[in-house]
Amino acid sequence: MQKQLALVCGVLFSSAAIAAPPAPPVKPFEQAEPVKLQNAIDVHVLKQLKANDITPAHLCSEEVFFRRVHIDVIGTVPRDWQIRDFLKNKDPKKRAKLIDQLLNKTEFADYWALKWCDLLRVKAEFPINLWPNGAQAYHRWIHRSITDNKPYDQFARELLTSSGSNFRVPPVNFYRAMQGKAPSTIAASVALTFMGERIENWPQHRRENMELFFSRVAFKPTAEWKEEIVHLDPAVFAPLDATLPNGQRVHIKAGQDPRHVFADWLITDSNLYFSRNIANRVWAWLIGRGIIHEPDDAGGHNPPINPELLTYLQNELVQSDYNLKHLFRLILNSRTYQQSSISQSNHPRAEAMFAHYIMRRLEAEVLIDALVGIFGPTEKYSSMVPEPFTFIPEEHRTITLADGSISSSFLELFGRPARDTGYENERNNHPTDAQRMHMLNSTHIQKKITRSWRVRDWMRKAKGDTKRLTLLLYANILTRRPTSEEEAVAVKYLKNGGRKNLKNNTHDLAWALVNSKEFMFRH
Amino acid sequence: MDLQPTRRDVMKAGLVGAGALALGGLGGPQAVLGATAKPQRKLAKSVIQIWMWGGPCHVDTFDPKPNAGEEITGPLKDVVNTNVDGIQLNASLPLLAKQADKFSIIRSMTHGVNAHETASYLMQTGRMPGRLVYPCAGAVVSLFKGYEHGYQGIVPPYIVLTKPQGRFSEAGFLGHKHKPFCTGGDPNGSRFVVEGIVAQGVSDERQRSRRALMHDLDSLGRANARSRQLQHFDQTETAAYDMMFGKARDLFDLSKESDEMRERYGRTKFGQSCLMARRLVEIGVPYITINYGGWDTHKQHFQTMNRKLPEMDKAMATLFTDLSDRGLLDNTIVWWGGEFGRGPKVQWNPPWNGGRSHYGKCFSVLLGGGGFAGGHVIGESDDRAMNVVDRPVYPPDLIGSIYARMGIDPNQAMPNPRGLDLKVLPSEFKGKPTAGLLKEIMA
Repeated sequence: MQKQLALVCGVLFSSAAIAAPPAPPVKPFEQAEPVKLQNAIDVHVLKQLKANDITPAHLCSEEVFFRRVHIDVIGTVPRDWQIRDFLKNKDPKKRAKLIDQLLNKTEFADYWALKWCDLLRVKAEFPINLWPNGAQAYHRWIHRSITDNKPYDQFARELLTSSGSNFRVPPVNFYRAMQGKAPSTIAASVALTFMGERIENWPQHRRENMELFFSRVAFKPTAEWKEEIVHLDPAVFAPLDATLPNGQRVHIKAGQDPRHVFADWLITDSNLYFSRNIANRVWAWLIGRGIIHEPDDAGGHNPPINPELLTYLQNELVQSDYNLKHLFRLILNSRTYQQSSISQSNHPRAEAMFAHYIMRRLEAEVLIDALVGIFGPTEKYSSMVPEPFTFIPEEHRTITLADGSISSSFLELFGRPARDTGYENERNNHPTDAQRMHMLNSTHIQKKITRSWRVRDWMRKAKGDTKRLTLLLYANILTRRPTSEEEAVAVKYLKNGGRKNLKNNTHDLAWALVNSKEFMFRH
Repeated sequence: MDLQPTRRDVMKAGLVGAGALALGGLGGPQAVLGATAKPQRKLAKSVIQIWMWGGPCHVDTFDPKPNAGEEITGPLKDVVNTNVDGIQLNASLPLLAKQADKFSIIRSMTHGVNAHETASYLMQTGRMPGRLVYPCAGAVVSLFKGYEHGYQGIVPPYIVLTKPQGRFSEAGFLGHKHKPFCTGGDPNGSRFVVEGIVAQGVSDERQRSRRALMHDLDSLGRANARSRQLQHFDQTETAAYDMMFGKARDLFDLSKESDEMRERYGRTKFGQSCLMARRLVEIGVPYITINYGGWDTHKQHFQTMNRKLPEMDKAMATLFTDLSDRGLLDNTIVWWGGEFGRGPKVQWNPPWNGGRSHYGKCFSVLLGGGGFAGGHVIGESDDRAMNVVDRPVYPPDLIGSIYARMGIDPNQAMPNPRGLDLKVLPSEFKGKPTAGLLKEIMA
């Protein structure tokens, strides 16, 4: 492999190979280093960039990488003391080692459970109606599966084929977290979740064929409040002839659960729907854009932009026995992932071809957790069902909320999905005017800063030394040191009006930093 | 008031938008309201929705049953004559009784659902739950009368005073673009602190200096000036400051109203919310929801009614007179209602000890202004207010009538992210044809 990479490297980056010379790297966001391939991902990406005369971005700086990889992998903005150790570390493999550490953290499971709960619509109340016990059990099962790094094929099989009580066999909630129990509704959810396709785009006969596999799912209540058993309908005891989405005909014996027959077809190494969907989704989650984009709208009308790259990722996943962390590791270690977000190209498809890191506004939960982590004052969450209300302990982080029905005005404003559809784009990270007003000018954010015991603590530590105070604010809010220009601007502002203004000025500096692009975006 | 020129501009823009829409889709406003030959009333421009969160009791308000006995009426057995012959209200609403010519009462609202979530969804979307989550009326108005159709107001087209209803996503599949702007704060506070618009304790001068600081420290923005995403982010900042420093701040400043006016609405959160809603109507905001909580009275029902009905009566009666005095009632729809009514039979037994349950089978909704004729009663409930005996009104009939008066054809196509063939409202409810629009008061 190494030899092969070196060879390709030579071909791709002989002096004539690069389309246009990049601009010099910008401090503190980029670092000067010749383009170096880390793994086969880079081979596929750079090959396409070269063919299109697109210059790839620089490598991102250590500070940017450190912050970015924390947000992307564990949904958490890192603390200042953590980065100090990282910057001091001279190990050339320190990025790879940091990635391994993060993949094993509890927050990894918290954050990715949040993502899966969006896609699987984990929500107690209307219109999904899992109800609180079901939502909690389902979330715990998802969280556990991620903690154990359960192979993805097994994860999918359990969701598709389980039978039993929604409290005791949590994956059966897959069939309950839908708006309706008609076979057509179930088939649409299965196609979306595991094949990344929207069934509305299918011809009618293909849709109807797929529905047959879910025509014998039955539900029955128990004496327990909101308990429900999902099972094979025993009333229909007859063989069934059905056609799989690839056109293959199957005979299902009397008493056999058609869901198993479907799962046996879907979850095989040779079924490209299955591995394509998840490989593309993982890529989109980490890189910010699918190779097929939207990642849950695959099909003939929407071909992958880089088919070789997608095939490579699929093969890696299958060969690792559906180890999702292997895929994470591969992508995170690539140069492609570690590029700067500053584009070196005006090519209209530079972003779509992954010529730079794709900036995204922090997700609602990650953003509020970051603000709470930096400043201190916590948020309050409660569930309205059932009465009496349930209050979430204040020290719990927002990314650990299990139930989509538990929300806040802030989360709603910042695009938390309602978990109605299971579409990836139901989560909206697009910045709006109202969000900006909230960050710039609401009592909510203003109080986070003015009532912060951590800001008070920094002021105490700095003892009036405005340079030190600037450093503390930068380190705690942006996880980096200020540049000398930034330091000069900040110090001048802090000193303005003398000591009696220092407190207000410090609050203003903190306010300016949390409202910066650097804070609001993964970059 | 210096808001006036903007207001006129906005109204004009809104009207052109509405006309274009109706003509484009349907061949004239006639099609919107059905083929009547009479000249049409002008379309309404704004809606004020008073959302009675929890479900208000119909017997104790707009559908009194003085002869049904205490089992039904509880202690609120008296009625009051209104300024319209033959219409009586519960005596707890004496001020609204004097304005009854300005609104009509639907006493035959029905959907039969007694669960908050489903009933809330039904009453605000006009649909039973299904595979998709449909948008609330406010989001639909925002879609058809908002920025994409000529609305240029200084605040968003769909405003909620003050908190989101929290039961489900108001925008449904229309997504975040059509979510309401929720003000937060308390309009009855010493200052109405609207989240993001009115900051407490930060002077304008300090606002400006810290904004300059933020620009000076914009290192990533300078390093990546080509990024369209970051350029867009800068645009949101400009828009946000326009709103903060512009006319929006004056708009929400209720001290601009005279003390006398503020007293007339009542110095309560709800009263001042109604006053705020009127100010929003004045500048042409197409949809305003007041989420008025506290009506889910399983216990202590009558104590709550005695406390809350007077504040509601005062605020709403003033809202109708004030809109009318200003010539705004003709183009402003006001509707009042919750997810359902309350059980006509008082539950005196423990644990309720004088409460009322959820009741979706028969309840009342109030509808006035915006071209709806006032002084009518639509439908009828039986003598115990338990069943509809005449002219049922289903949620899609109510919502559809409001849309029609706003110039939104209930039969027109509803854009949706899945590209499905959907209509703004269904023509059936629970598998049966609906009872039709409220033609009685729309002619």
